[in-house]
Amino acid sequence: MARTIHEAPGDEVVLSARGVRKKIGRKWIIDDVTFDVKKGEIFGFLGPNGAGKTTTIRMLVDLIRPSEGTITVCGYNVNRNPEKALQYVGSIVENPEVYTYLTGWENLQHFARMQPGVDEQRIAEVVEIVRLDQRIQDKVSTYSLGMRQRLGIAQALLGRPRLLILDEPTNGLDPKGIKELREFIRKLADEGLAVFVSSHLLSEIQLLCDRVAIISKGRVLAVGAVDELVARNSPYVLWELEPLQRARDIMAGRPDIALLHLDEVTLDDSVIAGMGVNSLVTAMDEELIPEIVAVLVAQEVEVRAVHKINPTLEQLFLKLTEGEAID
Amino acid sequence: MTNLLPLIRNECLKIIKKKRFYVILLILLVLVPMFTYAQMRIAERSRDKFNSDWRLEIQQQITDNQNSLGSDRIPEEWKSYRRIFLQQLQYYLDHDVNPNEPSGVTFTREFVNNSVSLFIPLLIMAVASDLVSGERTTGTIKMLLTRPVRRWKVLFSKMVALLMFVSLIVLSVFVISYLISGLAFGYKGFNVPVFTGFQLNGDTVDMTKVHAVEQWKYLLMQGGLIWYVSIVVALLAFMVSVLVRSTAASIVVMMAALIAGTILTNMASAWTAAKYLFMVNMELTTYLAGTPAPIEGMTLGFSMAVLGIWGLAAVIISFAVFTKRDILN
Repeated sequence: MARTIHEAPGDEVVLSARGVRKKIGRKWIIDDVTFDVKKGEIFGFLGPNGAGKTTTIRMLVDLIRPSEGTITVCGYNVNRNPEKALQYVGSIVENPEVYTYLTGWENLQHFARMQPGVDEQRIAEVVEIVRLDQRIQDKVSTYSLGMRQRLGIAQALLGRPRLLILDEPTNGLDPKGIKELREFIRKLADEGLAVFVSSHLLSEIQLLCDRVAIISKGRVLAVGAVDELVARNSPYVLWELEPLQRARDIMAGRPDIALLHLDEVTLDDSVIAGMGVNSLVTAMDEELIPEIVAVLVAQEVEVRAVHKINPTLEQLFLKLTEGEAID
Repeated sequence: MTNLLPLIRNECLKIIKKKRFYVILLILLVLVPMFTYAQMRIAERSRDKFNSDWRLEIQQQITDNQNSLGSDRIPEEWKSYRRIFLQQLQYYLDHDVNPNEPSGVTFTREFVNNSVSLFIPLLIMAVASDLVSGERTTGTIKMLLTRPVRRWKVLFSKMVALLMFVSLIVLSVFVISYLISGLAFGYKGFNVPVFTGFQLNGDTVDMTKVHAVEQWKYLLMQGGLIWYVSIVVALLAFMVSVLVRSTAASIVVMMAALIAGTILTNMASAWTAAKYLFMVNMELTTYLAGTPAPIEGMTLGFSMAVLGIWGLAAVIISFAVFTKRDILN
């Protein structure tokens, strides 16, 4: 039974979680998770380790039953109607765990038998998509982690899903592998697949995703387009000035510039390491930079370097969680 | 939606590819020759002693047992066991039938009799104990349960595959022990008569219902009973495998239960409520041979009922837990 993928508008909701809560023992592990994932978008699920990402993902694929709330995939309730709902879902929960005593091909055959409409031809197709053709007849125990990851993705794609769920997909991959995976996921999304990606790596989500939900301590703190969420923060500007004191006075005199202490900003380690003694960090509209430079020069302040640092989800995240440690 | 047959095929394939069944065959191929050799030495010795006259040998056994009945140091339970044994030997002697006629078939009969309470269950556990827990240990259970297949179907397919392999194991035990022991004792002996139907009545044996069956028939009856016990053991091991996350723990739990069974069987009789435990009811073939049951009041029907109830409960618990449980890791 071949399923035709409808050319529906981009706001077609593929996955929907409504007021999902989960109590384990006496503790509410997940406390109110609500979001929608739409067709053709890459949806990021961001949170520190232990925030409830994996538990939520397990609920999305019926490994764990939510205590309250509903999860629907393409209109079918995942927990009440898993046979219908899960045929639209391909997933890798945590690591891509496949049978190591079988060959890659046998693994795919195994999972193909568990869903309707997947024949040998489709298996060959997904093998080609993930470029495992050379080694597919070898035992999985001889595969590298990256190859297992690709086999896992092949398995997830077998049933021509509308929703792909990947839990920390870049774990254990080298930079090249990460880049390839990112391009691959983008390609799938462009073909109309909804992709749900969890990560504790903020930069990862920022580079990959269209929209993001931020989760901490079992609660979704914010959901929105990545650009939109980032735009709530104005960028940092890093200055290197001589003499510093005069420059500081000039900046302090302007209401549209906020001078920041180093300990209240979050910067990449590489940036901090490169900062000299005459450095100054401000939060301001980037449109103001040329004007400020002109003012400084007129006041005989040497401008040695100006560096704009784009706002990151990390900043936003820290703001939302009030400084709770990430990883 | 998804058909059960491909799922069962998957499970059989995994059992085969894990090479568990080959290990079982290998164990049999190593151990059976050992037992055959031991049996051969026994046969040789008695041949030397009694000049190949089995009647002399049986007569000697009867005399030995009678003598021991007079001793005060032997517990009463053992005495009643011996009295029964005596009467049966006498019956064989009276009807001019050698109960220990050496042949591949007789060896097989004796061997499976002795393996039903520990050896065969152990072989079964090699397959059953990691059927579910193995998938949890490796994490593949997550792949298995996120496919569009209801959980009961996944479990059911595993159970069907298990029962198929248990049947195959029981068959292999019979076939391998016959083939190997036949090398030493010859492959004849299918038509030798064996007496069955001894009715135990306290110390005395009621011979009215005793009748001779040809040994191949006896072997078939034995096979049926052993298969039944094996299925129950497999279902119990399967349940433990569902309940426990690690395969090692699952094997230990089952082994402990089985060994407790053999110990309890030997202590026996005083604690009569023990007869409701599955592990003291496993030696169904003793009812065929007419050996006394470990606890008063146990009969073939009773033991089969107890085993059946345990097996059924195991199935119910397995399905109830597996279909409801959250897969947390």
